[in-house]
Amino acid sequence: MGKEGRSWTLRLAGLLAPVTVWLGLFFLVPLLFILAYSFGTSGVYGGITLGFNPSNYLKVFDPLYLEIIIRTFVIALLNTFLCLLIGYPLAYFITFKGGRHKHTLILLVMIPFWTSLLLRAYAWVVILGGDNGIANRVLQFLHITDHPLTLIFTPQAVMMGMVYSYLPFMILPLYAALEKFDWRLKEAAQDLGASRWHTFWRVTFPLSMPGVIAGSILVFIPSAGEFVIPNLLGGARTMMVGNLIQQQFLSARDWAFGSALAVMLAVLLVGAIMFYVRRVGAEKLEEV
Amino acid sequence: MGYSKGGPVYRGLGKIPDRALLLFAGLVYLFLYAPIMVLIFFSFNSTRNTQVWTGFSTQWYGELIRDGSVLNAFKLSLIVGLTATAIATVIGTLTALALSRYDFRGKTFADSAIYAATVMPEIVVGVSLLVFLVAATVELGIVTIIIAHVAFCISFVTIVVRARLSGMDRSVEEAAQDLGASPVQTFLRVTLPLILPGVMAGALLAFTLSFDDFVITFFVAGVGSSTLPLKIYSMIKFGVSPVINALSTVVMVSTMILILGGSRFLSRGEKA
Amino acid sequence: MAGEKRISRGDFLKVVGAGAVAGSTLSVLACQPNTTAQSSGGGGGGPEEKALNFYNWGDYVAKSTIPDFEKQTGIKVTQDFYGSNEELLAKLQAGGTGYDVIVPSDYMISIMIKSDILEPLDMSKIPNFKNVGDNYKGLPYDPKNEYSVPYQWGTTGILYNKKVLGTLEPSWDPMWDPANKGKIGMLNDERETPGAALYKLGYSVNTTNKEQLDEAEAELKKQKPLLRGYFDSTQNRPSVVNGDLLLGHVFSGDAFLALSQDEDLYYIIPKPAATRWTDNMAIPKGAEHPDNAHKFINYILGAKTGAELSNYTYYNTPNEAALPMIDDALKNLPGYQLGPSVFERLQIIQDVGKATREYSTLFTAVKSA
Repeated sequence: MGKEGRSWTLRLAGLLAPVTVWLGLFFLVPLLFILAYSFGTSGVYGGITLGFNPSNYLKVFDPLYLEIIIRTFVIALLNTFLCLLIGYPLAYFITFKGGRHKHTLILLVMIPFWTSLLLRAYAWVVILGGDNGIANRVLQFLHITDHPLTLIFTPQAVMMGMVYSYLPFMILPLYAALEKFDWRLKEAAQDLGASRWHTFWRVTFPLSMPGVIAGSILVFIPSAGEFVIPNLLGGARTMMVGNLIQQQFLSARDWAFGSALAVMLAVLLVGAIMFYVRRVGAEKLEEV
Repeated sequence: MGYSKGGPVYRGLGKIPDRALLLFAGLVYLFLYAPIMVLIFFSFNSTRNTQVWTGFSTQWYGELIRDGSVLNAFKLSLIVGLTATAIATVIGTLTALALSRYDFRGKTFADSAIYAATVMPEIVVGVSLLVFLVAATVELGIVTIIIAHVAFCISFVTIVVRARLSGMDRSVEEAAQDLGASPVQTFLRVTLPLILPGVMAGALLAFTLSFDDFVITFFVAGVGSSTLPLKIYSMIKFGVSPVINALSTVVMVSTMILILGGSRFLSRGEKA
Repeated sequence: MAGEKRISRGDFLKVVGAGAVAGSTLSVLACQPNTTAQSSGGGGGGPEEKALNFYNWGDYVAKSTIPDFEKQTGIKVTQDFYGSNEELLAKLQAGGTGYDVIVPSDYMISIMIKSDILEPLDMSKIPNFKNVGDNYKGLPYDPKNEYSVPYQWGTTGILYNKKVLGTLEPSWDPMWDPANKGKIGMLNDERETPGAALYKLGYSVNTTNKEQLDEAEAELKKQKPLLRGYFDSTQNRPSVVNGDLLLGHVFSGDAFLALSQDEDLYYIIPKPAATRWTDNMAIPKGAEHPDNAHKFINYILGAKTGAELSNYTYYNTPNEAALPMIDDALKNLPGYQLGPSVFERLQIIQDVGKATREYSTLFTAVKSA
């Protein structure tokens, strides 16, 4: 072994320099501003007076806001779970059944997301809306229901919209992880008499864990900050923490409280992820 | 060793699960494309309505050509997207390598920072970045948009590439180095091809994030740097015109043609 | 040093050095002028560069207006977009500059004046101001028109399905009628929707009285189960048109657009009160082309341009001289031309200072209920 010592540190430094500079300057420094704001006092017309004012953090614990935060977590968790349920089989399909068309299939997954989310949300309103809308007509035609349902502007529509938006965030990491999978392990298992299902559960799935974890993180974390879907597909009746923070910076002009909320959100989520990763074991993430 | 073949004939222990999987995949694609079909449909609407059909017309395609502003915005989004994706992919991949293969003091902090960059709500990032840029007397413009986009894309690329790296068999790389390849050579000729699907997946994700970004872009954009989302989302108050549907249709159809046409090129990428 | 991977001081310095080099390269790159090359002209003597940066709502100007202006004056106009007053304010407050003309709504003008981010107007450069009707001058948010002139105005009322509901009396009650359950859409606006409740209760839309606000909150909570949701006006419009909603809380322009396409619909401005809003043109502090800005504002206030604008946006014009040139199809729509009795019951939403957060909390509580 032994690539330790100076060349090792040099290489590490080289690898980390770009992100250190870029995120350091353009993310961490602005974050310091936010941290400072969270302890400040908001001016009546926006703007901030800096100082030490912890009341913004205390406000976070108001039941009105706690309820929103908890609801957001639940939605984010459910979203992650559903994305996994739907995304995994698709990633599996593309990786193992896609053959020569793997790359095309993956691209086909992404192309819809190059059109504006706004337009696609409006399209969902058309599909799910109305007593004579597309979805209702299909459902009745297939005799799944016998009368029109209210599908759009419901919490269920929000959930569907969330899954719809975040599916690629699950599929891409899963594909990345599954794609390197060694066929021969699978074939070996089956040579030894394991059933397909058994092979999957005991061999394939565990080996794809890094992808599952990465996908879960990439769905769960940004879900918490989502604000567009609850408005466009939920009739703004399902308020999430993303909407709340948006509101504080814009119409309430309370940058201090908005910042405190954002900091709390970050601490909670990053804390949860780090705890999970450490517990599940950095081993799961790195080696297998 | 640690590298898969493009999967063909699967030792079938039952065709039913295969068919079920195929059906499921088909349904998921249907789910993904259903709104797209509606969107395309309404690009031919005869009135300025994106949700109620009133009749057939190609007027919006005409307007798309006449009104240069939408096409300009699209062009700008493309430039920003491709540039930011390229930079973010490079930086993100390097970072993933560092975090995946090295243990060092401050690694926890680095990990946290990467995750934190995906947590921060856009409004928070947008406003704080603007404040910082102004304080640093940087002039707002396309460059600042690219800077911001790279900043929020790096983490996503890093996390995706890490998923690819973990559990990767290092023996080929070690063999190469034993045979005298320099670290850079090893990286370029051995490592990179092995992680390429992960890198491509990360790049794809980054581009998608950048192309439709509104909030952050809004705050750091300068005069004359209105990207497509800025144009589209600003129409919410008075109504989105089907011109946008027309643009989206054109983009989608061209991309599909390119992809399906080029799929023969793409699908030959399997090495033994 | 097997098993111990610590960074030595020398190497640490190398990392920092590399970072510094990269950082300064980046800053140099970032400080280059953006590709539209709007270098600062004005300030002190010298003629202004022939350019104008117009920051407007999306699609809120007629297609021919800007090209005509450019042809007439030789000034190149760059248009950029925002989607809400609050976003505009946040961007300007965070330091976003470069814009010469902005189009904030009424209450936002007074907030901007109080935040000192607007440039006073030189009315001598806006002779077309005489075209503005008296009803639209000297409004409470800028009583002497020192900082703004009106651009478009409208009302917020109810668009509803006349075929199903028959002709309704102008009132807010149908929006609270259980018979319409599931078919009512209110605006996702924390002044307009609480405002509707306040109007219904007979209070001012700008009240800061705690009891009145509590009553409004209760009214809204009572209403919530009957609603399909809180939407943008542009979502309520197609929803009423396709029957998903029977009643939609909308801005007048959306109503007129719908009415012009569907005769089964109708628009009412409810009693006892409803909102009248005005979007205005203003010049932010630090604008680089203030002279051109004045020229542009003056141009917009011209009679022909004013008519063009309203004929395109379907909103009302404050420009009396433009009225004769408004399309008849538009003019004759119900609720477009308003008599004095209607004007009397219209209220203007004003900035309520600290109480703004009360409204925010109120609306959050209702939406979360």
